[in-house]
Amino acid sequence: MVVELFLDLLSQPCRALFIFAKKNNIPFVFKHVELLKGHHHSEEFGKVNVLKKVPALKDGAFTLAESIAILLYLSRKFNTPDHWYPSDLQKRAQVDEYLSWQHATIREKGCKIFITKVLVPLAGQPFSPETLEEAVEELNSALKQFEEKFLQDKPFIVGNEISLADLVAIVELMQPIGVGCDIFEDRPKLSEWRNRVEEAVGKELFQEAHEIILNIKELSNLQIDPQLKEHLAPVLRKMMK
Amino acid sequence: CVCADLAAAAVCCVSDPVLVPALHSAEILHLSGSCCSPIGHHHSEEFGKVNVLKKVPALKDGAFTLAESTAILLYLSRKYNTPDHWYPSDIQKRARVDEYLSWHHTNIRTNAPKTLWIKVLIPLFTGQKLPPEKLQEVMDELAISLKQFEEKFLQDKPFIVGSEISLADLVAIVELMQPVGADCNIFEGWPKLVAWRSQVEEAVRKELFQGAHERILNAQDLRKVQIDPQMKKEMKPLLLKMLK
Repeated sequence: MVVELFLDLLSQPCRALFIFAKKNNIPFVFKHVELLKGHHHSEEFGKVNVLKKVPALKDGAFTLAESIAILLYLSRKFNTPDHWYPSDLQKRAQVDEYLSWQHATIREKGCKIFITKVLVPLAGQPFSPETLEEAVEELNSALKQFEEKFLQDKPFIVGNEISLADLVAIVELMQPIGVGCDIFEDRPKLSEWRNRVEEAVGKELFQEAHEIILNIKELSNLQIDPQLKEHLAPVLRKMMK
Repeated sequence: CVCADLAAAAVCCVSDPVLVPALHSAEILHLSGSCCSPIGHHHSEEFGKVNVLKKVPALKDGAFTLAESTAILLYLSRKYNTPDHWYPSDIQKRARVDEYLSWHHTNIRTNAPKTLWIKVLIPLFTGQKLPPEKLQEVMDELAISLKQFEEKFLQDKPFIVGSEISLADLVAIVELMQPVGADCNIFEGWPKLVAWRSQVEEAVRKELFQGAHERILNAQDLRKVQIDPQMKKEMKPLLLKMLK
């Protein structure tokens, strides 16, 4: 039975999984769950992930949510090269450390920028420049910690080779890029790290994974499913308060 | 530490009598003997050398320092070869633990601690009491997370990953004790959660569980604590922002 990955490449964690699976030649079926069409709210998808979020995995009868859990599961099941999740205790701990920290920092703030700039207007809500400014400031703060604590002067987060930490980080940082916030500008260390990560992943694969998010502005007839719009309205209002 | 990062309690619970001396010699800061007593100690230069993020818990093992409780728990479980049920070697069970630990950050951990902030810590720092709507908002959000916790993670099992306690249950329970410490009985009306909590307390051993939670269950005592005026000044804008 081939593993099924339920993905929408608009989503950062989906891109991490897509890149990881392809890079490691892990056979999988790409099950497209179109977020803007509200597919994640379908009854069918609810059977795969009751939390109604992407990414999700289905491996026979076994279903799994949360990209980090899925990345680790795949790395174990398919015995991927050691550098992704090093067997050395301390290096492994450093990957865990980043994966834990990033939830409420890089991921949260990067998401907020995307939501404020794209989702809120799409859902017909008023755009708030103050909220955007705040989100950018918060991301800047997180990026400072990223550089000072996690990257420092190393080529990758855990030393000399790319790991799950770098992969999870880069896909999140590409989200603000896609919506016109060039967070790499004036950050040479971060830019260089990005180039190294792209090389390590393979430029073609990296571009393929990021095609949708990098062309989102061009999708001027971007439409959101009306039921989803309705569902999102109170959620977004609360977020933007 | 009064910033009450209960993740520190989780690391304490993982230790058994064999491990505790080992942890002492590894100088794990959270242990009550060496825990920071004056409020604001995590902002000290000394602690900054252990964790530049200035948060607890943190680990120091020789020259190796580590932040983030999840990372520390996993590191300890590997280094000290703890019993399999904490982080099962079966890849599907292990994935379930990882799944919970990941989801936890932006759900239970986002909401549960706010109860203590609203009821005790913010008034302590700012001298201002908060309107009841603020707390109700947080409780409503927490209720959503609790529903998902029961429906997706716990279901009809005694523990998150089946019949034995794992890191997932440990990380969850300490977070849910925070509102209890703030006098918000979040377990009320959730019989499945109450049953699960008892199971977890038993598995951890009641005495150890009580010991870890003594400080938070006496959170009213926090109200009498004197806060470093410098820290009060620094925290005020942050706290007022939290209130928005």
